[in-house]
Amino acid sequence: MFHTKIYLDNAATTKVSDRVLNAMLPYLKEAYGNPSSIYTIGREASIAVTNARTKCAELIGAKPAEIYFTSGGSEGDNWAIRTIAAQGAAKGKKHIISSAFEHHAVLRTLQDLEKQGFEVTYLPVHENGIVRVEELKAAIRSDTALVTIMYANNEIGTIQPIAEIGAICRENKIIFHTDAVQAVPHLHIDVVKENIDMLSLSGHKLHAPKGVGLLYCRRGIKLTPLIFGGAQERGLRAGTENVASIVALAEAMTAAAETMDEANERHKKYAKKIYDTVMKLPRVHFNGDLEHRIPGTVNFSFEGVEGESLLLQLDLKGIAASSGSACTSGSLDPSHVLLALGLVHEVAHGSLRISMSEYTTEEEIDELCSVLPGIIEKLRSMSPLWERITKEEKK
Amino acid sequence: MVYSEKVMEHFASPHNVGEIENADGVGEVGNAKCGDIMKMYLKIDNDIVTDVKFKTFGCGAAIATSSIATDMIKGKPLSDVLQLTNKAVVEALDGLPAVKLHCSVLAEQAVKAAVADYYKKHGREAEAEALLAGCDDCECCGQ
Repeated sequence: MFHTKIYLDNAATTKVSDRVLNAMLPYLKEAYGNPSSIYTIGREASIAVTNARTKCAELIGAKPAEIYFTSGGSEGDNWAIRTIAAQGAAKGKKHIISSAFEHHAVLRTLQDLEKQGFEVTYLPVHENGIVRVEELKAAIRSDTALVTIMYANNEIGTIQPIAEIGAICRENKIIFHTDAVQAVPHLHIDVVKENIDMLSLSGHKLHAPKGVGLLYCRRGIKLTPLIFGGAQERGLRAGTENVASIVALAEAMTAAAETMDEANERHKKYAKKIYDTVMKLPRVHFNGDLEHRIPGTVNFSFEGVEGESLLLQLDLKGIAASSGSACTSGSLDPSHVLLALGLVHEVAHGSLRISMSEYTTEEEIDELCSVLPGIIEKLRSMSPLWERITKEEKK
Repeated sequence: MVYSEKVMEHFASPHNVGEIENADGVGEVGNAKCGDIMKMYLKIDNDIVTDVKFKTFGCGAAIATSSIATDMIKGKPLSDVLQLTNKAVVEALDGLPAVKLHCSVLAEQAVKAAVADYYKKHGREAEAEALLAGCDDCECCGQ
């Protein structure tokens, strides 16, 4: 166990950084009181949550009263979408606009709403993985209650035209929610400037622990609880606050804001190295957009290769990455994100996602680049699909 | 989802990878859309499998089941080879995750398809058809 030397799956989750761990530890060991309690260690915990709320708000351009701590991205997505759907339905508005390659936390929620009589328009994301604002405009109806479009895609890292989408929604008096789980670790976000009404984010993608996140909800939009009980989060999200993790989230967001510009510059250089190595191989595809992207998330497809085998071969070399193959998605179909780009199943099965963090080093990327071509060659040499592809080429 | 050590052994160093020139029987099952293709090559003398090679496009379990299936039939008479079941393949690998069981079915079918090809080449059509008739419980096989 624990033999992974090179971790390149930071879009899946990240390690807790020392800085974050040190910030949260006092709230596990010393100030462990319940923030609702009146005595000192309760008050200390309560103050810590208040300070964290202020910090998190500041970092995304919001006000503290607009921040609701959650268990993570999925809860934020569910909460925002269900709240606005219910309010829309009460006014006879049962249409929602989203995109074809949202995270499952959004897609499955929307599918559930469809069963309840809502209509959902899934905007195409085209070959480069970006929605087009003119297509959003065309999709808007008089009964559209909500637009929910992710900030940056989790598999291919493409960044959506969020500020423009926000402006269009504002003009049309439609609530705009964005799942910003993949964006917050790498981009400076300002919910006011970008006309974002609701935003979900998660801590474990930026070196805080799993199980904490937040939902930003603009003042004036009324949230309805998903979880009933105590009066935490102004009575809208019951359950004793996850104090240490909330402190960790604020610390992690602060650290990310401080380091992301430099990290992005490094990631651009690393991504270029990987791109140059991979694109020398025959029959490979770069998935996504070369320009509008999270610099540290890159995705390729290798024809004739199956993704899970590729991941296991990398794992044998101590490298952790991810794939959108059916075998790793737990179904017979490969990633819905790659299919939304128009990739055929055969090619989508052979995908590889590399996602970097603040802690990714150039040596690690060099190691990846030195082993990857050999692994592709090995898998292709034993692949009857590759044999077929190359035979057809010769014809 | 966790693979057994045996699966990882066969994945890391698969046995009998490659092709056989002028093979006596070749069988290919699965399809690219589903992400699994297995191709099995047999050398057969007097109804005995004297050599076997495979090529597989697929996940770790697909490669491991192909590898162990070739081990299990090498040097065996066809009467034994045709007794190979997906269950035996799974047991030999110390188990497979439930979502990967279809890979073992594919391995059994690849062997049968290769033997059926051998039968066809030798005018034993009836035996070939009898073999292929059982190939309907795989969700991916045959397009």
